[in-house]
Amino acid sequence: MIRLQNVTKIYPSQTRPALSDVSVEIGKGEFVFLVGQSGSGKSTFLRLILKEERATSGQVHVAGKDLARLSSWKVPALRRQVGTVFQDFRLLNNKTVQENVAFALEVIGRPRTQIAKVVPEVLDLVGLKGKEGRKPDELSGGEQQRVAIARAFVNRPMILIADEPTGNLDPTTSVGIMRLLDRINRTGTTVVMATHDDDIVDQMRKRVIELEGGKLVRDQSRGVYGYTH
Amino acid sequence: MRATFILSEIGIGLRRNLTMTLAMIITTGVSLAFLGAAVLFNQQVNVSKDFWYDKVEVSVFLCGEVSNAPSCAGGAVTSTQRDQIRADLEAMPQVQRIYYESKQQAFKRFKQQFKNSAIVDNVTADQMPESFRVKLTDPEQFPIIASAFIGRDGIEQVQDQKALLERFFKVLKWVQWFAFGLALMMLVVSVILIVNTIRVAAFSRRRETGIMKLVGASSFSIQLPFLLEGAISGFLGALLASGVFVLLKGVLVDHVLAPNFPITRFITWGDVWLSSGAVFLIGVALAAIASFLTLLKYLRV
Repeated sequence: MIRLQNVTKIYPSQTRPALSDVSVEIGKGEFVFLVGQSGSGKSTFLRLILKEERATSGQVHVAGKDLARLSSWKVPALRRQVGTVFQDFRLLNNKTVQENVAFALEVIGRPRTQIAKVVPEVLDLVGLKGKEGRKPDELSGGEQQRVAIARAFVNRPMILIADEPTGNLDPTTSVGIMRLLDRINRTGTTVVMATHDDDIVDQMRKRVIELEGGKLVRDQSRGVYGYTH
Repeated sequence: MRATFILSEIGIGLRRNLTMTLAMIITTGVSLAFLGAAVLFNQQVNVSKDFWYDKVEVSVFLCGEVSNAPSCAGGAVTSTQRDQIRADLEAMPQVQRIYYESKQQAFKRFKQQFKNSAIVDNVTADQMPESFRVKLTDPEQFPIIASAFIGRDGIEQVQDQKALLERFFKVLKWVQWFAFGLALMMLVVSVILIVNTIRVAAFSRRRETGIMKLVGASSFSIQLPFLLEGAISGFLGALLASGVFVLLKGVLVDHVLAPNFPITRFITWGDVWLSSGAVFLIGVALAAIASFLTLLKYLRV
Protein backbone atom coordinates (compact mmCIF):
# COMPACT_ATOMS: atom_id res chain seq x y z
CA MET A 1 0.00 0.00 0.00
CA ILE A 2 2.83 2.40 0.94
CA ARG A 3 6.40 1.67 -0.05
CA LEU A 4 9.43 3.87 0.48
CA GLN A 5 12.69 2.78 -1.14
CA ASN A 6 15.94 4.48 -0.09
CA VAL A 7 14.08 7.75 0.31
CA THR A 8 16.07 10.86 1.13
CA LYS A 9 14.54 14.30 1.49
CA ILE A 10 16.63 17.42 1.78
CA TYR A 11 14.78 20.73 2.06
CA PRO A 12 16.23 23.45 -0.14
CA SER A 13 17.72 25.71 2.53
CA GLN A 14 19.04 22.90 4.72
CA THR A 15 22.09 20.70 4.56
CA ARG A 16 21.00 17.97 6.97
CA PRO A 17 18.47 15.66 5.34
CA ALA A 18 15.00 15.52 6.92
CA LEU A 19 14.82 11.89 5.86
CA SER A 20 17.87 9.89 4.98
CA ASP A 21 17.84 6.61 3.09
CA VAL A 22 14.56 5.37 4.55
CA SER A 23 13.12 2.12 3.22
CA VAL A 24 9.89 0.79 4.61
CA GLU A 25 6.85 -1.06 3.37
CA ILE A 26 3.38 -0.81 4.84
CA GLY A 27 0.85 -3.38 3.69
CA LYS A 28 -2.86 -3.11 3.14
CA GLY A 29 -4.90 -3.02 6.32
CA GLU A 30 -1.94 -2.44 8.62
CA PHE A 31 -1.96 -0.11 11.62
CA VAL A 32 1.39 1.62 12.00
CA PHE A 33 2.67 4.06 14.62
CA LEU A 34 5.29 6.49 13.47
CA VAL A 35 7.26 7.64 16.49
CA GLY A 36 10.24 9.85 17.09
CA GLN A 37 11.13 13.21 18.56
CA SER A 38 10.16 16.52 17.02
CA GLY A 39 12.32 17.06 13.96
CA SER A 40 12.97 13.35 13.52
CA GLY A 41 11.26 13.39 10.10
CA LYS A 42 7.76 12.13 10.94
CA SER A 43 5.98 15.02 9.27
CA THR A 44 8.20 14.82 6.21
CA PHE A 45 7.38 11.11 6.00
CA LEU A 46 3.65 11.90 5.96
CA ARG A 47 4.03 14.82 3.57
CA LEU A 48 5.84 12.59 1.09
CA ILE A 49 2.97 10.11 1.14
CA LEU A 50 0.51 12.92 0.38
CA LYS A 51 2.80 14.28 -2.32
CA GLU A 52 2.94 17.61 -0.59
CA GLU A 53 6.70 17.19 -0.95
CA ARG A 54 8.83 15.32 -3.44
CA ALA A 55 11.58 12.99 -2.39
CA THR A 56 15.06 14.25 -3.23
CA SER A 57 16.06 10.73 -4.11
CA GLY A 58 14.55 7.28 -3.81
CA GLN A 59 11.07 6.10 -4.65
CA VAL A 60 7.72 6.59 -2.94
CA HIS A 61 4.88 4.31 -3.97
CA VAL A 62 1.39 4.94 -2.62
CA ALA A 63 -1.66 2.88 -3.62
CA GLY A 64 0.29 1.36 -6.48
CA LYS A 65 1.51 4.66 -7.91
CA ASP A 66 5.04 5.95 -8.20
CA LEU A 67 4.64 9.47 -6.85
CA ALA A 68 7.69 10.82 -8.66
CA ARG A 69 6.00 9.99 -11.95
CA LEU A 70 2.53 11.09 -10.91
CA SER A 71 1.63 14.22 -12.88
CA SER A 72 0.31 17.09 -10.82
CA TRP A 73 -3.21 16.87 -12.20
CA LYS A 74 -3.46 13.33 -10.86
CA VAL A 75 -2.50 14.35 -7.33
CA PRO A 76 -6.13 15.10 -6.34
CA ALA A 77 -7.07 11.53 -7.31
CA LEU A 78 -4.30 10.24 -5.03
CA ARG A 79 -5.47 12.40 -2.15
CA ARG A 80 -8.97 11.00 -2.47
CA GLN A 81 -7.45 7.62 -1.61
CA VAL A 82 -5.69 9.05 1.43
CA GLY A 83 -7.67 10.55 4.31
CA THR A 84 -5.86 12.93 6.68
CA VAL A 85 -6.38 13.94 10.29
CA PHE A 86 -4.36 16.54 12.19
CA GLN A 87 -3.64 17.58 15.73
CA ASP A 88 -5.46 20.89 15.20
CA PHE A 89 -8.62 19.29 13.64
CA ARG A 90 -8.79 21.86 10.77
CA LEU A 91 -12.57 22.20 10.76
CA LEU A 92 -14.53 25.06 9.22
CA ASN A 93 -16.04 26.98 12.12
CA ASN A 94 -18.79 28.60 10.07
CA LYS A 95 -20.17 25.22 9.01
CA THR A 96 -22.03 22.65 11.09
CA VAL A 97 -20.70 19.18 11.84
CA GLN A 98 -22.72 17.71 9.04
CA GLU A 99 -21.70 20.46 6.59
CA ASN A 100 -18.04 20.01 7.48
CA VAL A 101 -18.19 16.34 6.55
CA ALA A 102 -20.34 16.98 3.47
CA PHE A 103 -17.85 19.63 2.31
CA ALA A 104 -15.25 16.94 1.63
CA LEU A 105 -17.66 15.23 -0.76
CA GLU A 106 -19.07 18.39 -2.31
CA VAL A 107 -15.68 19.69 -3.39
CA ILE A 108 -14.92 16.47 -5.22
CA GLY A 109 -18.26 16.65 -7.00
CA ARG A 110 -20.21 13.81 -5.39
CA PRO A 111 -23.94 13.87 -6.12
CA ARG A 112 -26.25 15.30 -3.49
CA THR A 113 -28.17 12.07 -2.96
CA GLN A 114 -24.99 10.17 -2.19
CA ILE A 115 -23.87 12.88 0.24
CA ALA A 116 -27.23 12.79 2.00
CA LYS A 117 -26.83 9.04 2.44
CA VAL A 118 -23.18 8.59 3.50
CA VAL A 119 -22.73 11.61 5.77
CA PRO A 120 -25.20 10.40 8.45
CA GLU A 121 -23.68 6.92 8.20
CA VAL A 122 -20.16 8.10 8.90
CA LEU A 123 -21.32 10.47 11.66
CA ASP A 124 -23.01 7.50 13.28
CA LEU A 125 -19.79 5.49 12.92
CA VAL A 126 -17.70 8.11 14.72
CA GLY A 127 -20.32 8.50 17.44
CA LEU A 128 -21.63 11.95 16.64
CA LYS A 129 -25.25 11.02 16.03
CA GLY A 130 -27.48 13.81 17.30
CA LYS A 131 -24.77 16.48 16.98
CA GLU A 132 -25.04 16.99 13.22
CA GLY A 133 -26.28 20.57 13.55
CA ARG A 134 -23.64 21.79 16.01
CA LYS A 135 -20.84 24.13 15.05
CA PRO A 136 -17.27 23.00 15.85
CA ASP A 137 -16.85 25.56 18.65
CA GLU A 138 -19.82 24.02 20.45
CA LEU A 139 -18.04 20.68 20.64
CA SER A 140 -15.33 19.30 22.90
CA GLY A 141 -11.86 18.62 21.51
CA GLY A 142 -12.53 14.92 21.24
CA GLU A 143 -15.78 15.52 19.39
CA GLN A 144 -14.06 17.93 17.02
CA GLN A 145 -11.45 15.29 16.26
CA ARG A 146 -14.26 12.83 15.58
CA VAL A 147 -15.68 15.27 13.04
CA ALA A 148 -12.25 15.50 11.42
CA ILE A 149 -11.98 11.70 11.31
CA ALA A 150 -15.46 11.47 9.83
CA ARG A 151 -14.42 13.96 7.16
CA ALA A 152 -11.24 12.02 6.40
CA PHE A 153 -13.09 8.71 6.25
CA VAL A 154 -16.35 9.67 4.55
CA ASN A 155 -14.88 9.05 1.11
CA ARG A 156 -13.74 5.57 2.25
CA PRO A 157 -10.04 6.09 1.54
CA MET A 158 -7.63 3.17 1.40
CA ILE A 159 -5.19 4.92 3.70
CA LEU A 160 -5.79 7.15 6.72
CA ILE A 161 -2.92 9.39 7.78
CA ALA A 162 -3.14 10.80 11.30
CA ASP A 163 -0.59 13.38 12.39
CA GLU A 164 -0.64 13.47 16.20
CA PRO A 165 -4.43 13.14 16.34
CA THR A 166 -4.43 12.95 20.16
CA GLY A 167 -1.85 15.70 20.65
CA ASN A 168 -4.43 18.19 21.92
CA LEU A 169 -6.59 15.75 23.86
CA ASP A 170 -6.61 14.43 27.41
CA PRO A 171 -5.79 10.74 27.99
CA THR A 172 -9.39 9.56 28.40
CA THR A 173 -10.55 11.29 25.25
CA SER A 174 -7.48 9.98 23.44
CA VAL A 175 -8.47 6.42 24.23
CA GLY A 176 -11.85 7.04 22.59
CA ILE A 177 -10.16 8.41 19.48
CA MET A 178 -7.81 5.41 19.35
CA ARG A 179 -10.78 3.02 19.57
CA LEU A 180 -12.31 4.85 16.66
CA LEU A 181 -9.12 4.66 14.58
CA ASP A 182 -8.88 0.97 15.45
CA ARG A 183 -12.42 0.44 14.27
CA ILE A 184 -11.64 2.23 11.00
CA ASN A 185 -8.54 0.04 10.65
CA ARG A 186 -10.70 -3.06 11.03
CA THR A 187 -12.71 -2.03 7.96
CA GLY A 188 -9.52 -2.68 5.96
CA THR A 189 -8.18 0.85 5.91
CA THR A 190 -4.45 1.24 6.33
CA VAL A 191 -3.75 3.63 9.22
CA VAL A 192 -0.47 5.48 9.67
CA MET A 193 -0.36 7.53 12.84
CA ALA A 194 2.46 9.80 13.92
CA THR A 195 2.47 10.29 17.68
CA HIS A 196 4.35 11.26 20.81
CA ASP A 197 1.91 9.48 23.07
CA ASP A 198 3.80 6.56 24.63
CA ASP A 199 0.81 5.29 26.64
CA ILE A 200 -1.23 4.83 23.52
CA VAL A 201 1.54 3.09 21.62
CA ASP A 202 2.20 0.79 24.54
CA GLN A 203 -1.47 -0.09 24.93
CA MET A 204 -2.24 -0.71 21.29
CA ARG A 205 0.64 -3.06 20.57
CA LYS A 206 0.78 -2.36 16.87
CA ARG A 207 3.66 -2.06 14.46
CA VAL A 208 6.01 0.78 15.41
CA ILE A 209 8.33 2.61 13.06
CA GLU A 210 10.78 4.92 14.80
CA LEU A 211 12.67 7.75 13.16
CA GLU A 212 15.63 9.54 14.66
CA GLY A 213 17.37 12.41 12.90
CA GLY A 214 15.77 11.37 9.63
CA LYS A 215 16.94 7.76 9.86
CA LEU A 216 14.84 4.69 10.38
CA VAL A 217 16.08 3.25 13.67
CA ARG A 218 13.37 0.72 14.49
CA ASP A 219 10.65 -1.21 12.72
CA GLN A 220 8.97 -3.56 15.12
CA SER A 221 5.70 -5.41 14.90
CA ARG A 222 3.59 -5.28 18.09
CA GLY A 223 6.02 -2.72 19.48
CA VAL A 224 6.00 -0.21 22.28
CA TYR A 225 6.98 3.45 22.38
CA GLY A 226 10.32 3.17 24.14
CA TYR A 227 13.28 1.21 22.90
CA THR A 228 13.18 -2.40 24.09
CA HIS A 229 15.92 -4.83 23.19
CA MET B 1 -18.54 20.29 -8.40
CA ARG B 2 -22.22 21.03 -8.36
CA ALA B 3 -23.27 24.45 -9.61
CA THR B 4 -25.37 25.29 -6.55
CA PHE B 5 -22.46 24.50 -4.25
CA ILE B 6 -20.08 26.67 -6.29
CA LEU B 7 -22.60 29.51 -6.33
CA SER B 8 -23.08 29.38 -2.58
CA GLU B 9 -19.30 29.40 -2.07
CA ILE B 10 -19.00 32.42 -4.37
CA GLY B 11 -21.77 34.14 -2.45
CA ILE B 12 -19.95 33.53 0.82
CA GLY B 13 -16.72 34.80 -0.69
CA LEU B 14 -18.22 37.98 -2.09
CA ARG B 15 -20.11 38.75 1.13
CA ARG B 16 -17.14 38.09 3.36
CA ASN B 17 -15.20 40.77 1.55
CA LEU B 18 -18.11 43.07 0.84
CA THR B 19 -16.29 46.41 1.00
CA MET B 20 -13.37 45.18 -1.09
CA THR B 21 -15.77 43.61 -3.56
CA LEU B 22 -17.74 46.84 -3.87
CA ALA B 23 -14.53 48.82 -4.35
CA MET B 24 -13.47 46.34 -7.01
CA ILE B 25 -16.81 46.57 -8.84
CA ILE B 26 -16.97 50.36 -8.71
CA THR B 27 -13.36 50.91 -9.76
CA THR B 28 -13.74 48.45 -12.60
CA GLY B 29 -16.99 50.16 -13.57
CA VAL B 30 -15.49 53.64 -13.53
CA SER B 31 -12.42 52.64 -15.49
CA LEU B 32 -14.48 50.76 -18.05
CA ALA B 33 -16.79 53.77 -18.29
CA PHE B 34 -13.74 55.94 -18.98
CA LEU B 35 -12.53 53.55 -21.62
CA GLY B 36 -15.94 53.28 -23.26
CA ALA B 37 -16.49 57.03 -23.11
CA ALA B 38 -13.14 57.53 -24.81
CA VAL B 39 -14.20 55.09 -27.52
CA LEU B 40 -17.56 56.83 -27.91
CA PHE B 41 -15.88 60.23 -28.02
CA ASN B 42 -13.57 58.90 -30.70
CA GLN B 43 -16.58 57.64 -32.60
CA GLN B 44 -18.29 61.00 -32.21
CA VAL B 45 -15.23 62.76 -33.61
CA ASN B 46 -15.17 60.40 -36.59
CA VAL B 47 -18.86 60.88 -37.24
CA SER B 48 -18.57 64.66 -37.15
CA LYS B 49 -15.40 64.55 -39.23
CA ASP B 50 -17.13 62.61 -41.99
CA PHE B 51 -20.13 64.88 -41.73
CA TRP B 52 -18.15 68.09 -41.88
CA TYR B 53 -15.56 67.01 -44.44
CA ASP B 54 -18.46 66.09 -46.65
CA LYS B 55 -19.69 69.65 -46.35
CA VAL B 56 -16.44 71.56 -46.71
CA GLU B 57 -16.08 73.96 -49.54
CA VAL B 58 -13.52 76.29 -50.89
CA SER B 59 -14.62 79.88 -50.52
CA VAL B 60 -13.47 82.28 -53.20
CA PHE B 61 -14.08 85.72 -51.71
CA LEU B 62 -14.43 88.50 -54.20
CA CYS B 63 -13.18 92.03 -53.69
CA GLY B 64 -15.50 94.48 -52.04
CA GLU B 65 -15.20 98.28 -51.64
CA VAL B 66 -13.24 97.96 -48.43
CA SER B 67 -10.95 95.06 -49.32
CA ASN B 68 -7.27 95.84 -48.94
CA ALA B 69 -5.64 92.82 -50.60
CA PRO B 70 -3.21 93.79 -53.46
CA SER B 71 -5.39 92.01 -55.96
CA CYS B 72 -8.26 94.29 -54.96
CA ALA B 73 -6.38 97.49 -55.85
CA GLY B 74 -8.81 98.05 -58.70
CA GLY B 75 -11.72 98.38 -56.25
CA ALA B 76 -14.70 96.11 -56.01
CA VAL B 77 -15.03 93.22 -58.36
CA THR B 78 -16.66 94.08 -61.69
CA SER B 79 -19.39 92.00 -63.22
CA THR B 80 -17.14 90.96 -66.15
CA GLN B 81 -14.48 89.81 -63.69
CA ARG B 82 -17.10 87.94 -61.75
CA ASP B 83 -18.45 86.16 -64.82
CA GLN B 84 -14.94 85.29 -65.97
CA ILE B 85 -14.05 83.83 -62.56
CA ARG B 86 -17.20 81.73 -62.58
CA ALA B 87 -16.48 80.47 -66.10
CA ASP B 88 -12.88 79.61 -65.17
CA LEU B 89 -13.96 77.81 -62.01
CA GLU B 90 -16.50 75.80 -63.96
CA ALA B 91 -13.80 74.83 -66.43
CA MET B 92 -11.64 73.24 -63.67
CA PRO B 93 -12.04 69.44 -63.65
CA GLN B 94 -11.56 69.39 -59.84
CA VAL B 95 -14.70 71.43 -59.30
CA GLN B 96 -17.88 69.56 -58.67
CA ARG B 97 -20.34 72.34 -58.10
CA ILE B 98 -20.36 76.11 -57.62
CA TYR B 99 -22.83 78.44 -56.17
CA TYR B 100 -22.69 82.15 -55.79
CA GLU B 101 -23.32 83.90 -52.48
CA SER B 102 -24.27 87.54 -52.77
CA LYS B 103 -23.66 90.17 -50.12
CA GLN B 104 -27.30 89.90 -49.08
CA GLN B 105 -27.12 86.13 -48.70
CA ALA B 106 -23.83 86.38 -46.81
CA PHE B 107 -25.39 88.91 -44.49
CA LYS B 108 -28.38 86.68 -43.90
CA ARG B 109 -26.18 83.74 -43.08
CA PHE B 110 -24.03 85.88 -40.82
CA LYS B 111 -27.10 87.06 -38.94
CA GLN B 112 -28.22 83.46 -38.61
CA GLN B 113 -24.88 82.32 -37.23
CA PHE B 114 -24.54 85.14 -34.75
CA LYS B 115 -28.17 85.66 -33.91
CA ASN B 116 -27.49 85.86 -30.19
CA SER B 117 -24.61 88.25 -30.50
CA ALA B 118 -24.57 92.06 -30.48
CA ILE B 119 -22.07 92.03 -33.34
CA VAL B 120 -24.96 91.72 -35.80
CA ASP B 121 -26.11 95.25 -34.99
CA ASN B 122 -22.82 96.76 -36.14
CA VAL B 123 -22.66 95.05 -39.51
CA THR B 124 -24.44 95.96 -42.71
CA ALA B 125 -24.95 93.93 -45.85
CA ASP B 126 -22.43 96.12 -47.72
CA GLN B 127 -19.63 95.09 -45.46
CA MET B 128 -20.13 91.39 -46.25
CA PRO B 129 -17.98 89.92 -49.02
CA GLU B 130 -19.65 88.23 -51.98
CA SER B 131 -18.17 84.85 -52.81
CA PHE B 132 -18.24 81.68 -54.87
CA ARG B 133 -18.72 78.54 -52.80
CA VAL B 134 -16.91 75.76 -54.58
CA LYS B 135 -17.44 72.11 -53.83
CA LEU B 136 -14.47 70.03 -54.95
CA THR B 137 -14.71 66.47 -56.21
CA ASP B 138 -11.87 65.72 -53.78
CA PRO B 139 -11.28 68.10 -50.84
CA GLU B 140 -7.53 67.29 -50.99
CA GLN B 141 -7.18 69.13 -54.27
CA PHE B 142 -7.44 72.58 -52.76
CA PRO B 143 -3.84 73.58 -53.66
CA ILE B 144 -4.64 73.38 -57.38
CA ILE B 145 -7.56 75.74 -57.02
CA ALA B 146 -5.58 78.00 -54.71
CA SER B 147 -2.64 78.37 -57.11
CA ALA B 148 -4.96 79.07 -60.00
CA PHE B 149 -7.01 81.81 -58.34
CA ILE B 150 -5.06 83.43 -55.49
CA GLY B 151 -3.80 86.85 -56.47
CA ARG B 152 -6.06 87.21 -59.44
CA ASP B 153 -7.69 90.58 -59.94
CA GLY B 154 -11.09 90.80 -58.29
CA ILE B 155 -10.38 87.95 -55.88
CA GLU B 156 -9.59 88.98 -52.36
CA GLN B 157 -8.90 85.58 -50.86
CA VAL B 158 -9.30 81.83 -51.46
CA GLN B 159 -10.05 79.97 -48.27
CA ASP B 160 -10.09 76.23 -47.62
CA GLN B 161 -12.58 75.38 -44.90
CA LYS B 162 -10.92 72.01 -44.51
CA ALA B 163 -7.83 73.73 -43.09
CA LEU B 164 -9.98 75.35 -40.42
CA LEU B 165 -11.62 72.05 -39.56
CA GLU B 166 -8.30 70.27 -39.47
CA ARG B 167 -7.02 72.59 -36.80
CA PHE B 168 -10.15 71.88 -34.77
CA PHE B 169 -9.89 68.13 -35.21
CA LYS B 170 -6.21 68.21 -34.32
CA VAL B 171 -7.16 69.64 -30.94
CA LEU B 172 -9.85 66.97 -30.56
CA LYS B 173 -7.23 64.31 -31.35
CA TRP B 174 -5.20 65.45 -28.35
CA VAL B 175 -8.27 65.36 -26.16
CA GLN B 176 -8.91 61.81 -27.41
CA TRP B 177 -5.41 60.62 -26.58
CA PHE B 178 -5.70 62.19 -23.17
CA ALA B 179 -9.00 60.38 -22.55
CA PHE B 180 -7.51 57.06 -23.69
CA GLY B 181 -4.47 57.57 -21.47
CA LEU B 182 -6.69 58.28 -18.50
CA ALA B 183 -8.80 55.22 -19.27
CA LEU B 184 -5.71 53.01 -19.47
CA MET B 185 -4.41 54.29 -16.15
CA MET B 186 -7.79 53.62 -14.57
CA LEU B 187 -7.72 50.11 -16.00
CA VAL B 188 -4.31 49.50 -14.47
CA VAL B 189 -5.67 50.71 -11.14
CA SER B 190 -8.63 48.36 -11.34
CA VAL B 191 -6.41 45.41 -12.28
CA ILE B 192 -4.25 46.12 -9.24
CA LEU B 193 -7.36 46.29 -7.09
CA ILE B 194 -8.68 43.01 -8.50
CA VAL B 195 -5.35 41.33 -7.84
CA ASN B 196 -5.38 42.54 -4.25
CA THR B 197 -9.00 41.63 -3.64
CA ILE B 198 -8.52 38.12 -4.96
CA ARG B 199 -5.34 37.78 -2.95
CA VAL B 200 -7.14 38.79 0.22
CA ALA B 201 -10.00 36.45 -0.67
CA ALA B 202 -7.58 33.55 -1.22
CA PHE B 203 -5.87 34.35 2.06
CA SER B 204 -9.06 34.65 4.08
CA ARG B 205 -10.23 31.30 2.72
CA ARG B 206 -6.91 29.48 3.03
CA ARG B 207 -8.48 27.15 5.57
CA GLU B 208 -11.19 26.06 3.12
CA THR B 209 -8.77 25.78 0.23
CA GLY B 210 -6.34 23.83 2.42
CA ILE B 211 -9.06 21.33 3.28
CA MET B 212 -10.20 21.14 -0.33
CA LYS B 213 -6.64 20.33 -1.36
CA LEU B 214 -6.39 17.69 1.34
CA VAL B 215 -9.56 15.85 0.44
CA GLY B 216 -8.56 15.76 -3.21
CA ALA B 217 -10.46 18.58 -4.89
CA SER B 218 -8.98 19.39 -8.30
CA SER B 219 -7.08 22.64 -8.70
CA PHE B 220 -9.73 23.74 -11.14
CA SER B 221 -12.54 23.37 -8.63
CA ILE B 222 -10.47 25.10 -5.95
CA GLN B 223 -9.69 28.04 -8.19
CA LEU B 224 -13.00 28.31 -10.00
CA PRO B 225 -14.92 30.17 -7.26
CA PHE B 226 -12.18 32.81 -7.08
CA LEU B 227 -12.04 33.13 -10.85
CA LEU B 228 -15.80 33.50 -11.04
CA GLU B 229 -15.72 36.07 -8.26
CA GLY B 230 -13.33 38.13 -10.33
CA ALA B 231 -15.34 37.60 -13.49
CA ILE B 232 -18.62 38.50 -11.77
CA SER B 233 -17.10 41.70 -10.43
CA GLY B 234 -15.84 42.50 -13.92
CA PHE B 235 -19.31 41.80 -15.29
CA LEU B 236 -20.99 44.05 -12.71
CA GLY B 237 -18.42 46.75 -13.41
CA ALA B 238 -19.18 46.51 -17.12
CA LEU B 239 -22.89 46.73 -16.33
CA LEU B 240 -22.19 49.92 -14.41
CA ALA B 241 -20.17 51.31 -17.31
CA SER B 242 -22.90 50.44 -19.83
CA GLY B 243 -25.41 52.27 -17.64
CA VAL B 244 -23.18 55.32 -17.91
CA PHE B 245 -23.13 55.02 -21.73
CA VAL B 246 -26.89 54.73 -21.92
CA LEU B 247 -27.20 57.86 -19.77
CA LEU B 248 -24.64 59.67 -21.92
CA LYS B 249 -26.51 58.83 -25.12
CA GLY B 250 -30.09 59.00 -23.82
CA VAL B 251 -29.76 62.18 -21.79
CA LEU B 252 -26.68 64.16 -22.76
CA VAL B 253 -26.60 63.45 -26.51
CA ASP B 254 -30.27 63.02 -27.38
CA HIS B 255 -31.79 65.62 -25.07
CA VAL B 256 -29.07 68.19 -24.49
CA LEU B 257 -26.61 68.19 -27.39
CA ALA B 258 -28.72 67.13 -30.36
CA PRO B 259 -31.49 69.79 -29.96
CA ASN B 260 -28.89 72.53 -29.53
CA PHE B 261 -26.61 71.50 -32.37
CA PRO B 262 -28.98 70.45 -35.13
CA ILE B 263 -26.27 70.87 -37.77
CA THR B 264 -24.07 68.07 -36.43
CA ARG B 265 -24.51 64.34 -36.59
CA PHE B 266 -24.15 62.37 -33.35
CA ILE B 267 -23.27 58.83 -32.28
CA THR B 268 -26.08 56.32 -32.67
CA TRP B 269 -27.43 53.69 -30.28
CA GLY B 270 -25.51 51.18 -32.38
CA ASP B 271 -22.26 52.83 -31.30
CA VAL B 272 -23.41 52.67 -27.68
CA TRP B 273 -24.19 48.94 -27.86
CA LEU B 274 -20.89 48.31 -29.58
CA SER B 275 -18.85 49.95 -26.84
CA SER B 276 -20.99 48.26 -24.18
CA GLY B 277 -20.19 44.90 -25.73
CA ALA B 278 -16.50 45.75 -25.89
CA VAL B 279 -16.51 46.89 -22.29
CA PHE B 280 -18.19 43.63 -21.18
CA LEU B 281 -15.59 41.57 -22.99
CA ILE B 282 -12.69 43.60 -21.65
CA GLY B 283 -14.12 43.79 -18.13
CA VAL B 284 -14.82 40.09 -17.71
CA ALA B 285 -11.66 38.93 -19.47
CA LEU B 286 -9.41 41.34 -17.61
CA ALA B 287 -10.88 40.43 -14.22
CA ALA B 288 -10.69 36.70 -14.92
CA ILE B 289 -7.11 36.91 -16.20
CA ALA B 290 -6.02 39.08 -13.27
CA SER B 291 -7.65 36.63 -10.83
CA PHE B 292 -6.09 33.66 -12.55
CA LEU B 293 -2.59 35.11 -12.43
CA THR B 294 -3.09 36.02 -8.79
CA LEU B 295 -4.22 32.48 -7.98
CA LEU B 296 -1.20 31.00 -9.74
CA LYS B 297 0.92 32.91 -7.30
CA TYR B 298 -1.09 32.78 -4.09
CA LEU B 299 -3.10 29.59 -4.33
CA ARG B 300 -0.68 26.92 -5.31
CA VAL B 301 -2.35 23.57 -5.37
